[in-house]
Amino acid sequence: MTFNFKSMLIGTTMLMMTASGAFAEMVLNRGSAADPESLDPHKTSTTYEADILRDLFTGLMTQDAKANVIPGAAESYTTSADGKTWTFKLRADGKWSDGSPVTANDFVFSWQRVVNPETASEYAYMLAPVVNAEEITAKKDGKTPADLGVKAIDDHTFEVQLKFATPYFLEMLTHSATYAVSKANVEAKGADFSKVGNLVSNGAFTLAEFVPNDHIKLVKNQNFFDAANVKLDAENFIPSEDRGAAIKRFEAGELDLYNDLPTEQLADMKAKFGDQVKMSTYLGTYYYAFKTTKKPWDNVKLRQAISMAIDRDYLAEKVWQNSMLPAYGFVPPGITGYETHLLDYAEKSQLDREDEAKKVLSELGYTPEKPLKMEIHYNTSENHKNTAIAIQEQLKPLGVEVTLLNTDTKTHYGMLEQHGDFDIARAGWIADYKDPENFLAVCKTGTGNNYSEYTNPDYDALLAKAASESDPAARMKDLSDAEAIGVARDLCVVPLLYYGSHNIVSSKVKGWEANVMDSHPGRFMSK
Amino acid sequence: MTDAVPMKGRSLWADAWVRLKSNRAAAISIIYLAFMTFLCIVGPWLAPHDFTTIFQNYNRVPPSLSPYPKSDTIEAALQDVVKRARVDLAGFEEKDGKLFITLISAKPIDERITRYIDRSDAFEGSAVVDKSDEGRKIVLSTNVEHEYFYFGTDISGRDLLTRTLIAGRVSLAIGLLAGLVAVFIGVLYGATAGFIGGKTDEVMMRIVDILYALPFTFFVIMLVVFFGRNFVFMFLAVGCVLWLDMARIVRGQALSLKRQEYVQAAEALGVTRFGILMHHVVPNLLGPVVIYMTLLVPQVIILESFLSYLGLGVQEPMSSWGVLISQGARNIPGANWLLFFPSFFLTSTLFALNFIGDGLRDALDPKDR
Amino acid sequence: MLRYVLQRFLTAIPTLLLIVTISFFLMRVAPGGPFNQERGLNPIVKANLERLYHLDQPLWRQYVDYLWSLLHGDFGPSYNLPDFTVAEILWNGLQVSVLLGAVALSLALVLGGIMGIIAALYQNRAGDYAVIATATAGSTIPTFVIAPLFQLYFALGLKWFPVGGWNNGSFWNMVGPVITLMLPQLAIVARLMRGSMIESLRSHHIRTARALGLSDYSIIIRHALRGALLPIVSYAGPAAAALVTGSIIVETIFSIPGIGRYFVDAALNRDYTLVMGTVVVIALFTIIFNLIVDVLYAAIDPRVRYD
Repeated sequence: MTFNFKSMLIGTTMLMMTASGAFAEMVLNRGSAADPESLDPHKTSTTYEADILRDLFTGLMTQDAKANVIPGAAESYTTSADGKTWTFKLRADGKWSDGSPVTANDFVFSWQRVVNPETASEYAYMLAPVVNAEEITAKKDGKTPADLGVKAIDDHTFEVQLKFATPYFLEMLTHSATYAVSKANVEAKGADFSKVGNLVSNGAFTLAEFVPNDHIKLVKNQNFFDAANVKLDAENFIPSEDRGAAIKRFEAGELDLYNDLPTEQLADMKAKFGDQVKMSTYLGTYYYAFKTTKKPWDNVKLRQAISMAIDRDYLAEKVWQNSMLPAYGFVPPGITGYETHLLDYAEKSQLDREDEAKKVLSELGYTPEKPLKMEIHYNTSENHKNTAIAIQEQLKPLGVEVTLLNTDTKTHYGMLEQHGDFDIARAGWIADYKDPENFLAVCKTGTGNNYSEYTNPDYDALLAKAASESDPAARMKDLSDAEAIGVARDLCVVPLLYYGSHNIVSSKVKGWEANVMDSHPGRFMSK
Repeated sequence: MTDAVPMKGRSLWADAWVRLKSNRAAAISIIYLAFMTFLCIVGPWLAPHDFTTIFQNYNRVPPSLSPYPKSDTIEAALQDVVKRARVDLAGFEEKDGKLFITLISAKPIDERITRYIDRSDAFEGSAVVDKSDEGRKIVLSTNVEHEYFYFGTDISGRDLLTRTLIAGRVSLAIGLLAGLVAVFIGVLYGATAGFIGGKTDEVMMRIVDILYALPFTFFVIMLVVFFGRNFVFMFLAVGCVLWLDMARIVRGQALSLKRQEYVQAAEALGVTRFGILMHHVVPNLLGPVVIYMTLLVPQVIILESFLSYLGLGVQEPMSSWGVLISQGARNIPGANWLLFFPSFFLTSTLFALNFIGDGLRDALDPKDR
Repeated sequence: MLRYVLQRFLTAIPTLLLIVTISFFLMRVAPGGPFNQERGLNPIVKANLERLYHLDQPLWRQYVDYLWSLLHGDFGPSYNLPDFTVAEILWNGLQVSVLLGAVALSLALVLGGIMGIIAALYQNRAGDYAVIATATAGSTIPTFVIAPLFQLYFALGLKWFPVGGWNNGSFWNMVGPVITLMLPQLAIVARLMRGSMIESLRSHHIRTARALGLSDYSIIIRHALRGALLPIVSYAGPAAAALVTGSIIVETIFSIPGIGRYFVDAALNRDYTLVMGTVVVIALFTIIFNLIVDVLYAAIDPRVRYD
């Protein structure tokens, strides 16, 4: 029986290999936690498509294997003295996968498309620093996409007018919302342009197959400007929602890498797979938000007391098995030039924090007879659950009666968005680009992600001041001051953990580098 | 019931009981189920730990008959403590059942450090014995606390034995509750339709047909999304969806019963329709209903485990066998016990229910006498 | 007979309409919407999105529009997979799920049937107990336990099969999912078959046949089996509808691009059009299979007549 099975399996495998000519081809099988939402770079909203889109498209700027910004479709750029006008020189040899040249007009068309309310791009606000972008998306002052502050000086010169000097502008240009799509192609194919057979791209790879929930196959783009240095012939992106099953597929060699891990088994995985398990810091923060407009949570002292009593080291070490780091500030480390303003008790021992928390609680009149009641809302996930359970246990000795309420993701965020009734709720923020402003805007008055409904004119003023600051160092100082007020003093968010990225990468794969953006272009990889 | 069961000779029920007892598999199953129910109800009070208590030092420890901490893990537990207290461990020794720990630090050591030690699940009652080097060196004594985890602990460090028993309560309660609701609605609906007959019957059965074509999983998911908060309510709702089969079975039985002579006699004697329904039709349906119930309860328990796998099961800190198994299935092969114990409890219970159902069917089958 | 089938088809229309209506409104009263996510959307962007998908219209208007396009065979675009229409997604998924489901069900019927017959013939003997024990085990161990165990031992350990993936429906990739899908069904079929076979063997015409001296083989195959098939047929209808519309657990664990995952994922994602699409497909399958069952019933059992 055994013999039969095995020999038949070997037989079929060999047949398959000869049939596809696999001996010569270098194909990378990349496991991913989910399918991308869309292959239209202007219609995405999740982190799952970032790697696929980066391989399909090249923005004006792009990232190397370590997520450093390098020239992409533009070979060089110049800025005006006030930092508001940027002129990009596109590559003369830049081509779309159908052979036509990548022109400045494609970028003008694409950027207008992103901000156009008809497109309803979820990342329309990515281009907010560009003149008139926000007004166009909001249909304010009768502005239309044609009013956007971009123009094509000639076929290979693209000019952008910004409202104010934006230091993170280059970082932004690596984000998929700023990628160009081929104007001719989109106009010819309409909404179907992103389908297999239609999609024309300017990245290292082109789209060959897309079967939802099965795989996306990208093949090498011979028209890519750096095609000579692209080693892979093809890449398969294989969605695998079940993390346990994905690891088994990795072990069986069916996947070469996987961008998620069952973190609760991290210790076992490290023991088994050694340094194939790649852990790295990641620009994201896992936080809890108090409803600051509701009694008693409007009291900063109480919020601080609860925050102090949460043992973040325990959460990171035991619940997340060191796949996350304890967080005492909102902006994670890893952004050059920014000094995160930590919570006051960051350096204190957990004992001191607890003693202080106890003192505050009794001052506020909470006793064992009249305990403080708190309900934690979280969205369905094994790890969110374990985190909430641990916090519940940590607050118990302080006499805080914590109950847990778990709802599915849509209900959870629907409730938060509509400012429903809750005490404290889980949320997270993953950076779009390397800049503290991307985090701190969460606490700005009236933004969609401000679940705690925090309002503070001083905080908003500091962010506004930072936005108009032309000196990078002064700008970082303003942002840090804002964090000191909004986060460290007022706890508009209760930072708990900094996200870590966790990948498992076969030792056969070369050119894969851990980095804070968890960005891994296939362009530099080989097997 | 007394109306329906004549007291002469061996009644249908007495007869069935005798036959059921002689069916060995069914008899053992009944005893097993009773034992399991008893265990799940009483067990959590007798078990060594509460089902919510987290043992921070014992996440995912394997089942063992000897107590934790094991002698070779004491040092690791101590290292863990001193790391959190930000001091260094200079040495430790065991004497007269007590543990003497020597700690050093570059700065004077805070005496509150005993709290760190006591907080560890492995130690209790620690006290400062000696201080030297201007408080930079400190000797503590402490008792080693022994904990038994016969089934091991889960990912959060909770005793799996207690949790399995608590989960059993929930699973059995859910099965019974949803089963009862389904049977109640099904019997009432089916008996009414079958007994009244005619146009009413036709309309009522057409409604059942329509409900049959409704995508069941979708409705359950929607119900969970709406009522996810409260599992009692949720499974009342599940029961409300599961009554369709029951209604069909009961209707068929009621139709044939209606033609029985004693029912027709009662009708001729002027007993009201409702009276006939309650006194003659419903009691006679008890056989098939009881059989169906033993098949429905496992179905509900499995359904609940399916929802748990999707993350839509009961709320923490409560648990059910389905929740535990789906967590366990994610932890193989690293922590097999997380899958094994709850699976064994669930599977053996379902086995017993199945055998009881089969036994009952055989025992109540009139053709089989 | 033909009239009966036609009549059933006609009654299916109001049934379907009712199902669509209930699902449509149930979905809409559920909390949260398709565009709620961890990264909250700017209210203006969200308004633009809702306008794009006509979600800003009054609910009755959306309902009427949906019915109208459904009537034209248009299931609409998917909100969470905007590159595909719902029809494309469902068609892709159905091809896989129908193949898997059909294989699993056929195997369950054949193997379960044989097991049931064996158990009935050896009633209350070792063979019977062996079959019943296996069958009960198959139906009491949850699928999400069997699937990872299969992967662990047969795919990773013995390396007989791939761990997951569909690979365009290659034989080796289908083994695991088919076995996990089949086991619970096999158990039920075996138990049903055993019960009805025992009953059938005891009936008058079988006793007559035996008295007439017909061979055992002939009695079992030609006479007893025919009567015993009825409960299996009535079970197979709904089971077929459930199997060919996919299983979320098997599809998720084995990474198979079937339709079953959309069912749960779409509901959890509030992807309204995709949810409605799956609801319609599943309802249609259920109605059709129930009809087939009724027709088969008449073919097997001469006592059943339809006017």
